[in-house]
Amino acid sequence: MSESGVPSQSAAAVEEPKPQSGVRRMVLNMGPQHPSTHGVLRLLIELDGEIITSCQPDIGYLHTGIEKEFEVKNYQQAVTLTDRVDYLAPLSNNLCYVLAVEKLLGLEIPPQAQWMRVMLTELTRLNSHLVWLGTHAIDIGAMSVFLYCFREREEILRIFEMFSGQRMMTSYFRIGGLALEPPRGWQKRVKAFVDIFPSRVDEYENLLTANRIWIGRTQGVGHISLEDMLDLGITGPMLRAAGLKVDARKDRPYSSYEKFDFEVPTRTANDVFARYQVRIEEMRQSTRIIKQALEGMPSGPWKADAPHVVLPDREKMKTQMEALIYHFKIVTEGFRVPEGEVYQVIESPRGEIGYYVVSDGTTHPYRVHMRTPSFGNLQATPKIVEGILIADVIASLGSMDFVLGDTDR
Amino acid sequence: MIPDNLREHAVAAALDSFDPDALTGGKWDRGELTLEIAAAKIASVCGFLKYDQKFVRLSTVTAVDRYPGEPRFEVVYHLYSIERNEWLRLKCRLAGANPSIESVTSVWRGANWYEREVFDLFGIEFRNHPDLRRILMPEGWEGHPLRKDYPITGTRV
Repeated sequence: MSESGVPSQSAAAVEEPKPQSGVRRMVLNMGPQHPSTHGVLRLLIELDGEIITSCQPDIGYLHTGIEKEFEVKNYQQAVTLTDRVDYLAPLSNNLCYVLAVEKLLGLEIPPQAQWMRVMLTELTRLNSHLVWLGTHAIDIGAMSVFLYCFREREEILRIFEMFSGQRMMTSYFRIGGLALEPPRGWQKRVKAFVDIFPSRVDEYENLLTANRIWIGRTQGVGHISLEDMLDLGITGPMLRAAGLKVDARKDRPYSSYEKFDFEVPTRTANDVFARYQVRIEEMRQSTRIIKQALEGMPSGPWKADAPHVVLPDREKMKTQMEALIYHFKIVTEGFRVPEGEVYQVIESPRGEIGYYVVSDGTTHPYRVHMRTPSFGNLQATPKIVEGILIADVIASLGSMDFVLGDTDR
Repeated sequence: MIPDNLREHAVAAALDSFDPDALTGGKWDRGELTLEIAAAKIASVCGFLKYDQKFVRLSTVTAVDRYPGEPRFEVVYHLYSIERNEWLRLKCRLAGANPSIESVTSVWRGANWYEREVFDLFGIEFRNHPDLRRILMPEGWEGHPLRKDYPITGTRV
């Protein structure tokens, strides 16, 4: 905790007269492998003393051509690509993609599958926020928070593994429902987690919220006006920390979010600390949603009644000719999706995910565009960091919570 | 001119009275409104939609390649109005040879990276863009990967 000596940028620091031109400027190359960039982001920073005069983000190091790859996968196969976009929120991306394709198909999803999707995406939100909180704290110098956060994250990953067999690349949501039947005994596991989790959030707050160093490093840092935010395309917790109550789960509910009772937390301070408060409160609200899902989980089928899209049960496939034919058709060829285009938007832990899926009536997507929250948020970096101290860049970047896989796709 | 079935949508009607030549078509499909805009008018239309119709957020700009069809490219904009809680899709069609369209960065600064991405991956030029260069692919890369005539596998020899 030797960081306490680092001067923090307050509102007054911005007003300080800058040295006249003619003073030697330094160009600092931050990244591509800087620990605080969490991935490979390069920032070209020009410094005047300790004050940043210009900043140019350079992205694309993790570009893997996922959008191109969609075009050679059939619709169901492409679900696995969506995991790999934002590797901290794979299920949110699964959900957005399958909702888009289901909209094209006009599929009706049974309530149990919808609720299960809500529950698991909220667990994903917790997972993502925990990684964010842990790494953000470590960036600023609070080591122990990281260890506590990863303890809870481990439990969430175990729950994911229980459901899907995978810890991170779950691909658990499929077009038409879920990939597998929910495992036996999941209620016990999830209940144990939500019972303990609120007290764990209290623990993090004990470590940080009233911590003088934390406050000193985060309060008044990383300010950007609301107009600039909207103009530059920032979404998610950053917007809510500026006082704007926008959340796709409330504004345009999907996957039966309208049946859940939760608040959309906002703050008005619009700094790193406010973003921290918003995300902490979101964790509590997500726990509420998971609890409701757990208590009210509808029974019934977990996949849609659409034999041309959803694989038949194994037993039916072995005993019924028709089911066998469908199975063969879906596995070898895939299913045809009616011509059209949709833009599905959901609220991911980082902000607005949008999947634009264009179908030409064949078994493969004609074009899939992913509007990822990290790409939109990262664009505002120069606006946020120009004029502030170099020591505050780390805190500001951390508060944006971007994932470079999500940015570069 | 505006297709008759779109008249009930306030945005389409307002846009039609703002500039009758701008709107070349559109559809209401699966609960989503698509308006086709004459490519030459895109910047003024976006300005009108943002300041007059309160579509304050530009969610994304992307493109679709209809190769070998003509006009080959569709540039697609997704707009969101927080106040009206409404989504809107704009679409401009561009011919395959030297595709070029006016940038909307003067309306939303956030269009900057999205247009760079479309330029990088589709090779569509955005006129009056402040900083039009590749964003995801390395500088000096040849070709535009999301074009349909760009191979998915194989290496150049």
